[in-house]
Amino acid sequence: MARALLILPFLAGGAMAAAGPMVTPERQAALEHMVTQDCGSCHGLTMRGGLGTPITPADLAGRDPDGLAEIILDGIPGTAMPPWRPLLTEAEARWIADWLMTVKEDRP
Amino acid sequence: MRALPLAAALLLAAPVSAEVYTTGELGVVIERAAGSVLIVSHTRRAALARIEGLGDLSHASVTFSPDQRFAYVFGRDGGLTKIDLTTQTIANRVIQGGNAIGGAISDDGRLVAVSNYEPGGVKVFDADTLELVADIPMESKTVGLADVPGSRFIVSTWDSGQAWLLDHSADPANPEITVFENVGANPYDALVTGDGRTYIVGLFGEKGLTAIDLWADDPQPVRFLPDYGKDEPDLPVYKMPHLQGWTLAGDSFALPAVGLHQLLWVDAATLTESGRTDLHGQPVFALARPDQREIWVNFAPPDNDTVQVIDTMTHEVIQTLTPGPGVLHMEFTPRGREVWLSVRDENRIEIRDTRTYEVIGEVEAQAPSGIFFTDRAYRLGL
Repeated sequence: MARALLILPFLAGGAMAAAGPMVTPERQAALEHMVTQDCGSCHGLTMRGGLGTPITPADLAGRDPDGLAEIILDGIPGTAMPPWRPLLTEAEARWIADWLMTVKEDRP
Repeated sequence: MRALPLAAALLLAAPVSAEVYTTGELGVVIERAAGSVLIVSHTRRAALARIEGLGDLSHASVTFSPDQRFAYVFGRDGGLTKIDLTTQTIANRVIQGGNAIGGAISDDGRLVAVSNYEPGGVKVFDADTLELVADIPMESKTVGLADVPGSRFIVSTWDSGQAWLLDHSADPANPEITVFENVGANPYDALVTGDGRTYIVGLFGEKGLTAIDLWADDPQPVRFLPDYGKDEPDLPVYKMPHLQGWTLAGDSFALPAVGLHQLLWVDAATLTESGRTDLHGQPVFALARPDQREIWVNFAPPDNDTVQVIDTMTHEVIQTLTPGPGVLHMEFTPRGREVWLSVRDENRIEIRDTRTYEVIGEVEAQAPSGIFFTDRAYRLGL
């Protein structure tokens, strides 16, 4: 159910939808792994925070997903949040933003 | 009361088991996503038991009691678990904070200190009972907690750029506190040298590192390598380097640069740069093999499938190995002949001969990260 909802932002023709191709299911699995393991190094495996801020769906409630995607791509200068643009497309960053805001809700 | 002597008598009467495990062969491997640890034997190159139910173990670390019997596991979610390696069971477990990042044990083995992000500060526990002995709030995330000889601990504060020295020798519950200001912007990790003399702090918020000579009558933070990489653009850091395990190799320190794909060599006597080695990626751990002749380096994403070996004498890369995706940690056997590498994304630990670099063994593990052998019990600053 949550997974189907994720596709909506791209279908809705938002600004990010034109940025790149759809994120394939294989790539989604790789991104999910990356978020849990690599983002988890600072934000915690359960996204409840560490050196980085907590980024559970509750923490991100009300945030603009495009704004979050921008932070993922360009980082936050002056902090430990690095720019992931060298490793991610804009569509992938937006997919991660949506995933963080929704899917992880049903995780332990 | 009568049951005890009886049990003891039975134990004495029982035939000697065919399998005798000694604590000196043991270690603990963190299975970070599963919230479990493996008890392993490095002499048998095997896992002996899995202990489950330890919570969020991302960035978990382990320290050992002086007799190597107990392992203290510091979990990300604030869990502090004491594992009895001889019975392979959880001896005690408390949730001591909201968000923890590491721990240390005092030189007398009586106090276990935990470094917390939330609430920021250090809590100190009775190593036997895990009861709270002292709570020292610091209004900052804390990093680089290490033991200092004389029932002392030292820690750095990420947000406020200080170092706090906690002396528990007179009254464990009310440590004498010395705060060092101006250690530098955003300390990300720190270590105490193997002789217990120098506390070295790595900085993320500015270039350079800071050393504090703990043997001095009036210790002061001293900045060194203040300009490394000043003229080069910073590369993204996808995982913070670690300093713990960083050791003197010959007459130099070898340490991971931040934002540069380089190993920095520092003259130990003068704390000045003595060379650099270009590397495959952003280094995370730069560990001297116990004989100090080589430095083994692993890397941050996206280069974390690789390990490089650098010659201490020539500073040249002599091996580039690719154990597999997600090499998070390396641990040498006590005399350095073998090295265990956690290969997270292939759910295994790879064991290599450090002379031939060949794979000589493998242990299955669920998304393994940190590997900790019990010889750490005998070393300062770990």
